[in-house]
Amino acid sequence: MSTAEHTADAPAILSEVKPAVLPRAVLVGHGRSFSWITEKICGIIEDKTPRWWWICFAVAAFVASWTVMGLTYLVSTGVGVWGHHTPINWAWDIVNFVFWIGIGHAGTLISAILCLLRQKWRTSINRAAEAMTIFAVVCAAIFPVFHVGRIWFAVLPGWLFPFPNANDIWQNFRSPLEWDVFAVSTYGTVSVLFWYVGLIPDLAILRDRFYAAGNKTRSFLYGLFAMGWRGSNRHWSNYEMAYMILAGISTPLVLSVHTIVSFDFAVSLIPGWHTTIFPPYFVAGAIFSGFGMVLTLMLPLRAVYKLEDLITQYHIDCMCKITLATGTIVGYAYAMEFFIAWYGANPNESFAFINRAFGHYAWAYWIMISCNVITPQLFWFKKVRANTALVWVLSIFVNVGMWFERFVIIVTSLARDYLPSSWGYYSPSIVEIFTFFGTFGVFSVLFLLFIRFLPIMPMAELKAVTPQGDPHSGADGHH
Amino acid sequence: MPAQPYGLIATFDSAAAIYHAAEQVRDAGYRRWDCITPCPVHGLDGAMGVKRSLVPRISLAGGITGFCTGMSLIYWTGAINYKLTVGGKPLFSPMFAFPISYELTILFTAFATIGGMFLLNNLPMHHHPVLKYDHIARGLDDQFFVVIETADPKFDSKLTRDLLEQAGGKNIAELET
Repeated sequence: MSTAEHTADAPAILSEVKPAVLPRAVLVGHGRSFSWITEKICGIIEDKTPRWWWICFAVAAFVASWTVMGLTYLVSTGVGVWGHHTPINWAWDIVNFVFWIGIGHAGTLISAILCLLRQKWRTSINRAAEAMTIFAVVCAAIFPVFHVGRIWFAVLPGWLFPFPNANDIWQNFRSPLEWDVFAVSTYGTVSVLFWYVGLIPDLAILRDRFYAAGNKTRSFLYGLFAMGWRGSNRHWSNYEMAYMILAGISTPLVLSVHTIVSFDFAVSLIPGWHTTIFPPYFVAGAIFSGFGMVLTLMLPLRAVYKLEDLITQYHIDCMCKITLATGTIVGYAYAMEFFIAWYGANPNESFAFINRAFGHYAWAYWIMISCNVITPQLFWFKKVRANTALVWVLSIFVNVGMWFERFVIIVTSLARDYLPSSWGYYSPSIVEIFTFFGTFGVFSVLFLLFIRFLPIMPMAELKAVTPQGDPHSGADGHH
Repeated sequence: MPAQPYGLIATFDSAAAIYHAAEQVRDAGYRRWDCITPCPVHGLDGAMGVKRSLVPRISLAGGITGFCTGMSLIYWTGAINYKLTVGGKPLFSPMFAFPISYELTILFTAFATIGGMFLLNNLPMHHHPVLKYDHIARGLDDQFFVVIETADPKFDSKLTRDLLEQAGGKNIAELET
């Protein structure tokens, strides 16, 4: 494209004021070419399975078996194998559910909200983050489905899904718990669809490459899901529109999901739960925890597969800054809860909060504060953000802190409600502990399968954000 | 008589090159032709003269269906099929039916959007002349192709080839059907 033609179009004033050319952050390091991107990402799948993968997979599968055993024991025996008792009838099951579903939210934030905001740095991390969302929803869904004990009752006669029960009574659609069923199942489904649409062009590349390499079986399997994609621009036109609409609907979806999750608590009358701050506070916390998990996953992936040119320091900076921003919102929400408890002058509410910080569960409260309020503040410092190992450790703290946040909210409020005669103290049973820690194995198994068999970064989208993907950027030497 | 080829395919090396080639093919008045690109190229729709996608209309229809499904599900179950007063609340109110209808709006929109995208793109189509091209893998990797079909009323094996050459196309070849 010629420079002369553009200069002719530009307003004359530009030559007088000489606007500064602001350099854009480089999203793909070292000016890598299209084919380098393809080789790099496809190479991960085409290479021989590395030994570390098998070791990680074996460990993850072993850990995942704890969940399988815990759930088998639960279904065969009854929900009594968990440590719940009056008044703490909700405990680790919903803590774990909210924890996992919250983690998923960062994936949707990256794929949807940052897409709408045209934050191009999202491209290198969105595929893995969306995968994380789906696997986190899988882990989250285990708890509400299995807490009914006889899981087949979750569907028919619908204790969760809308089928009438034995007396022909329908679900109570006035209940936030029922809203939650719809919110979470919609969230899971839409996340899978969004992820799949993004995968189509990349699956087509794998189809052609495996075909060229003579591996007909894998070519067939990738091709089956690639739907015959051929990179036609008439297709891209509809595809991009569909992708944009999916991003557009995923944005209100992700905000509504955690809002509805927070309604599970906010709509009740328990002191410490019955607050209007919950929806925004939960959404911020979810994104905070999700970015913690994205960092926990992406940093090792970047190191193992040498993806420094695709996940640059700029990407890490951006993720750390979002963690910092949302962590600060969460810290503000903690402070605001205390303020409202005092300002609202409701003795039960004040008691609930003083009890959180100084009661029997004070240890959990202070773990939460140190992990969620203090840890992210370190991301103000460039030196901290540039130290990848330290960022990774801090991201683990964020994960731990956010689990404790849900524990503090749920258990402390129930353990000390209105009637002192029914106060109690909750400790998890061994079955619960193994079931929960096993979900990290379930998550890891799924994630390892993902990085082994699917492209971990969207190649087509990465190409579109390189200078040579833009017909007007003048990658061929102009501008 | 040998079978009529599907069309002519020409290779371009950069996004800028195919952008300008597309403008020339569009201005020459061709209608049945296409660009094959490894990634969506910004502005290529305009350069090709492709109209705005119809996907949003299908999405909207899906969304409306979803919202009505949610509202009518809750109305029918609560106010018609089994009337059960809970906590003295009305049998139906759009207020408490809203969250579920909202989620179903999104769910149905997502299905309609993806279904609409496949429908408008005529996918899945696992066999296509373009996919049989020897270098198609490069078209999804790092090269850009322009394909002009013989079925186009303006197609002329010589003139069309000249146009592609003039536009900067390399390795111009015939595509088998």
